[in-house]
Amino acid sequence: MTTIQRKKTSPIAHLTPEDIEQIGIELDAIRDEVMASRGAKDAAYIRRVIAWQRGLELSSRGILLFSLFPPAWLVGTAGLSIAKILENMEIGHNIMHGQWDFLRDPKIHSTKWEWDNASPSDQWKHSHNELHHTYTNVIGRDNDLGYGIMRVDEDQKWIPLYLGQPLWNFVNACFFEYGIAAYDLELGKNLATKKRRQDPGFKARLKQTRRKIGKQVLKDYIVHPALSGPSFLHTIAANAVANLVRNLWTHSVIMCGHFPNGVETFEKTSIEGETRGEWYLRQMLGSANISGSKAMHLMTGNLSHQIEHHLFPDMPSNRYHQVAPKIKDLFQRYGLTYTTGPLPKQVASAWWKVIRLSFPNRGEAAIRRPIEKKAPATATRWRRAEAPATETVAP
Amino acid sequence: MAVIRTLGAGAWRVVELITTPVVPADYLDVIAPLRNAQVLRAKVEAVRPETANSVTLVLRPGRGWVRHEPGQYVRVGVDVDGVRLWRSYSITSPPWRSDGRITITVNAVPGGAVSTELVRNVKRGMILHLDVPTGEFLLDETRPEKALFVTAGSGITPVMGMLRSALHEMTDVVLVHSARTHEAVVFGSELRTLAAEGRIRLIERHTRASDSGRLKPADIAELVPDLFERQTWACGPNEMLDDLETHWADGGVAERLRTERFRPTLLTSGGGGTVTFSKSGTVVETDGTEPILDSGETAGVLMKSGCRMGICFSCVLPLREGAVRDLRDGTLTVAEPGDNIPIQPCVTAAAGPCTIEG
Repeated sequence: MTTIQRKKTSPIAHLTPEDIEQIGIELDAIRDEVMASRGAKDAAYIRRVIAWQRGLELSSRGILLFSLFPPAWLVGTAGLSIAKILENMEIGHNIMHGQWDFLRDPKIHSTKWEWDNASPSDQWKHSHNELHHTYTNVIGRDNDLGYGIMRVDEDQKWIPLYLGQPLWNFVNACFFEYGIAAYDLELGKNLATKKRRQDPGFKARLKQTRRKIGKQVLKDYIVHPALSGPSFLHTIAANAVANLVRNLWTHSVIMCGHFPNGVETFEKTSIEGETRGEWYLRQMLGSANISGSKAMHLMTGNLSHQIEHHLFPDMPSNRYHQVAPKIKDLFQRYGLTYTTGPLPKQVASAWWKVIRLSFPNRGEAAIRRPIEKKAPATATRWRRAEAPATETVAP
Repeated sequence: MAVIRTLGAGAWRVVELITTPVVPADYLDVIAPLRNAQVLRAKVEAVRPETANSVTLVLRPGRGWVRHEPGQYVRVGVDVDGVRLWRSYSITSPPWRSDGRITITVNAVPGGAVSTELVRNVKRGMILHLDVPTGEFLLDETRPEKALFVTAGSGITPVMGMLRSALHEMTDVVLVHSARTHEAVVFGSELRTLAAEGRIRLIERHTRASDSGRLKPADIAELVPDLFERQTWACGPNEMLDDLETHWADGGVAERLRTERFRPTLLTSGGGGTVTFSKSGTVVETDGTEPILDSGETAGVLMKSGCRMGICFSCVLPLREGAVRDLRDGTLTVAEPGDNIPIQPCVTAAAGPCTIEG
């Protein structure tokens, strides 16, 4: 893709500023309706998922105490892989988004949750919730576009290093949790100069991450294997495989969110003084869903509803399926493309892009069109447009 | 002994390594919620109806409970429609109960989410959340020679706690109690029995039954001529307590009157109010249209911030008291003293005076 601002024909050229604010008003109404109806059923849902996940993890680890026996190894590893995926996706990711803060339960709260991952939750919340979700798909602002190691957009400058990116991407997929930790630490940027390396803030974060990784490694590769006695090595292997499965799965799901064909990217200048409606529109165009069964939605932490998640990142994940038809209808009415597809297709599409963009742009993509300069606006994203959409400018 | 303790702590650390990133307590809480001393909970041992609208809950507090003083209250947390809400209730049992149980008596307030939940839906065996007891509405170590208690409605609860704990140490006790009807008197039969036994002088006032209406200081002065000679404890609606405080101050014996208010006078406005940042001590006047994050920053408070649009949850701070409004959908959040409700300052404005921990 090329940023929407540099495209020959923009997919949003037919929308007037009033249309865009109207989209915002409609989305706010959808949000309000669901948020006002949150209640005991939702609370029961997340507590049930947590209870199941913990039960599954505990019993899988129990079985792995006897991982010397191949059936125990297989069952335990499969169970632990699923438990780790559930913990990261449907539970950890969503709790850290504040989706369950409304329960006012300190045990299930974005400010308190720590997840089964190499990256400390604080750092992940900063790079994910704050940078990625606010600046979604804005070239130069959203580091999730290629994670700083890959070129996933025609408008990212090509350098020969990118020739190897299919390989980096595979390696990153296998060690994804460490990739995320390095990414949250912004290692590339922070290790570049001596001044940055010695910044006390960076050093503190580095220490925090080292401690977190230490605990995680100790748990999976020393304490649990030691508990399983003669099955020591088998348990190490089982835990390594479970982590690998979780890494590959989460990496695939996350690639499907913003890399497949049909997802749009944006110029840095295009978001200056962005209104709430414009922010919503960017989320609609910058995300892609995965179609599939209920089990698929659960295992992806409902990131299969990536579009709905990006519109309403703090809405409880069990509600995304409920708003999806309304969102789809909104896309249709405003002549926009709701990008979705089955997992294999979306994964293939994302991988194809990683391979294609490891080479320099060719043909149509090589033409770099100038962008229109927008008059600087001073809107704020939190301020809602009022129906009818006439007044949107903030003081 | 020390060796065993060290070994125990070491073993516990290994268990923590097994369960990281969650703590062992997160697993143990499922089977033994009362053993967790860090998170105080209580099990409902019995639910006893008192009047048509009130029940007494017999609670078994978990580890971490601290013995209360008669007259103190405890904050009780219960999930109402999924949301954990906390309210304070006076403890009505004596502190020396040998089984370690405590009782609270809850009156269903119309429109009161927590009281309605506790009265209508709480069953034996349920787990409630608890805080340690607190409150300054206490009897003196040396019991008063002459005591007067003035209560209205559920204002009887802390006084009942005092009577059950220390009546045997007091000789001259007058209780003036006001309720809507004869049947609506919480602990009615127990109080009447005490009166019949001559252990207290009970004056009941039924506001629905007589035309005399609400209890006035002048009425009490008529019923209890020596009121200013008595150490007095009063609990009830704020208007009644205000009247009493004025009357006692006028009589020059303000120090003999102690009052307990259930509901702090919470002011909620259409918009705006004084925001107090408790850590920095900064106080800002706001108009209710500007996010608290902006107001704080303008006043020089160092605050964490992120997306500034309510999605990243980096700026979350606890609301300790007062009312705030979500600027997106208008939802009002109200915190009473003792509460700790995380809010998002970037999309929240003051809706009355409020205190933010920041």
